[in-house]
Amino acid sequence: MANDIIIRFDNVTKFYDSQTKVLQDVSFELERGKFYTLLGPSGCGKTTILRIIAGFEKPTTGNVYINGKYVNDVPANDRQVNTVFQDYALFPHLNVFGNVAFGLRIKKVKESEIKFRVAEALKFVNLPGYENREITEMSGGQRQRVAIARAIINDPEVILLDEPLSALDLKLRTEMQYELRELQQRLGKTFIFVTHDQEEALAMSDEIFVLNEGIIQQSGTPVDIYDEPINRFVADFIGESNIVEGVMLEDYKVKFAGKVFDCVDGGMKNNEKIDVVIRPEDLQITSPEAGKIGVTVDTQLFRGVHYELSTYDKDGNEWLVHSLKKAEVGAQVGLDFDPEAIHIMRLNETEEEFDARIEAYTNEV
Amino acid sequence: MKFKSKSAFVPYILWIALFVIAPIGLILYYSMLDLNGEFTLVNYRNFFSSAYLTMTLTSFWYALIITFFTLIISYPTAYLLTKTKHKHLWLMLIIIPSWINLLLKTYAFIGIFGLYGPVNAIVEMFGFDPTQILFTDFSFVFVAVYIFIPFMIIPIFNALDKMNPSLIYAARDLGASPLTTFRRVIFPLTIEGVKSGIQVTFIPALSLFMITRLIAGNKVITLGTAIEQQFLVAQNWGMGSTIAVFLILIMFAIMRFTRTKKKGGRA
Repeated sequence: MANDIIIRFDNVTKFYDSQTKVLQDVSFELERGKFYTLLGPSGCGKTTILRIIAGFEKPTTGNVYINGKYVNDVPANDRQVNTVFQDYALFPHLNVFGNVAFGLRIKKVKESEIKFRVAEALKFVNLPGYENREITEMSGGQRQRVAIARAIINDPEVILLDEPLSALDLKLRTEMQYELRELQQRLGKTFIFVTHDQEEALAMSDEIFVLNEGIIQQSGTPVDIYDEPINRFVADFIGESNIVEGVMLEDYKVKFAGKVFDCVDGGMKNNEKIDVVIRPEDLQITSPEAGKIGVTVDTQLFRGVHYELSTYDKDGNEWLVHSLKKAEVGAQVGLDFDPEAIHIMRLNETEEEFDARIEAYTNEV
Repeated sequence: MKFKSKSAFVPYILWIALFVIAPIGLILYYSMLDLNGEFTLVNYRNFFSSAYLTMTLTSFWYALIITFFTLIISYPTAYLLTKTKHKHLWLMLIIIPSWINLLLKTYAFIGIFGLYGPVNAIVEMFGFDPTQILFTDFSFVFVAVYIFIPFMIIPIFNALDKMNPSLIYAARDLGASPLTTFRRVIFPLTIEGVKSGIQVTFIPALSLFMITRLIAGNKVITLGTAIEQQFLVAQNWGMGSTIAVFLILIMFAIMRFTRTKKKGGRA
């Protein structure tokens, strides 16, 4: 199994000066052939991780391994890693062929083989026959594909993508999400994708690393992270959530919004203060009597597939509801939800503690 | 509107007519007069005699050497400048000396290079006999290069500064060593800056005459020196104009040679 690990970070930190800690003790392992996403707000250190893998920056402390080899001191040009840059960084003095062939020409590959492989790579990104176009003649989406073709032609072990879709319009972005995911599966290469767009991350990734302030907050499959966010930051950053303070009375009994509810979480101290998360789509509108929480509808927005309601309970907590049914603004309604919809987050719990606790109480049941 | 924009052109047309077309016309006219003011083409025939051709070639040769050394010094300097933290301040410090009168700076070098100047003082300290540095090819090229460096640095600095730094990362990422990155990406992308630098160095270097007299002691005869001598010493305005005609032709040739090509469009 060990040789399935393509990239390993051991306690990597990065300081630009003693005050600004860009990365704080980051450790992870990435498996070969998977689609990884580094997700976080701007300035969280995700691009720094990418630049360290590419070899543009050195970690201040800690070790980086690619394919089991210690690479801290290996320069970017000697790494089997290629990058698709945010601004594409296509060479303006070369045409499409010159750009895609750049890496092969440096390796002094024979011209006839270069021709063949460039044509192949362009076919791969759906730009066959575009060899003689100038970069300035291409649209944003086409430049994007040229940048990808240029990165894959060297047959690297890992392809790094630094927010490559951020400059595209919404429709093209969605299209490229499908294409990138499909491309990754066809190539079978490891993709590391950096983005601040949580929808993009959820749609494309095998595994997501959520970062904030230079620390990995949580890692896991998109479903895990969406359903079981570890803390307020992750819950808030991934999708929309209702987060309220509560108290864990005992296992499977939680008190919030002035009432006691059954839930499916455990493994905490009795009467421990916790945060409760309920996703807006897990809340249903019903009559005030039938509802578990009584709320007043404040605003209502039509979102196409659903109505988005902003409601307030009598304690002033906001509850965001995604409802298929329409409601009256100002009306008293009840909110209903299943015990499974309640997700408990302990305050200041680390990822290891979180995993251990989940493991412990799920084994009990 | 049309009338208005036409009248705005009047100063421009006047300027061009008075200060560009008229002088060139005059030069052409004089170049076809001999010493007695008779119409003749003998000046042109004389220009193609070995004496003048050698002079033109020497002039070219010196201009070439000056441009070469200026480029060799300016490119790395401009590159390092773009890497510094306060790059515009450093650039400013290099540009400021170019505001000082050329003649003043030249005189300063007479003092510096002279027999009793600081350079010879250092030579003596190491136990060598002082030597005359002034009036040599070396001192001429040195001073000329010194004077042209800021004019070469500015366009190269601008070209380097304008370049997208992620292109360098992209080249490194694709396997290019620092040297290959320079050869295949940085230099081709700044070639326009280099060309303008060559234009503002090579053309004036062809017609340098003050430095040739003060620093090179008239041992180096450039086209500029020759024109000056024909007008002021030999009083042969016709020959002087003929050399000026060729100087103008050479300038146009160099402008053409270093012309900037538009990137992008499929011409």
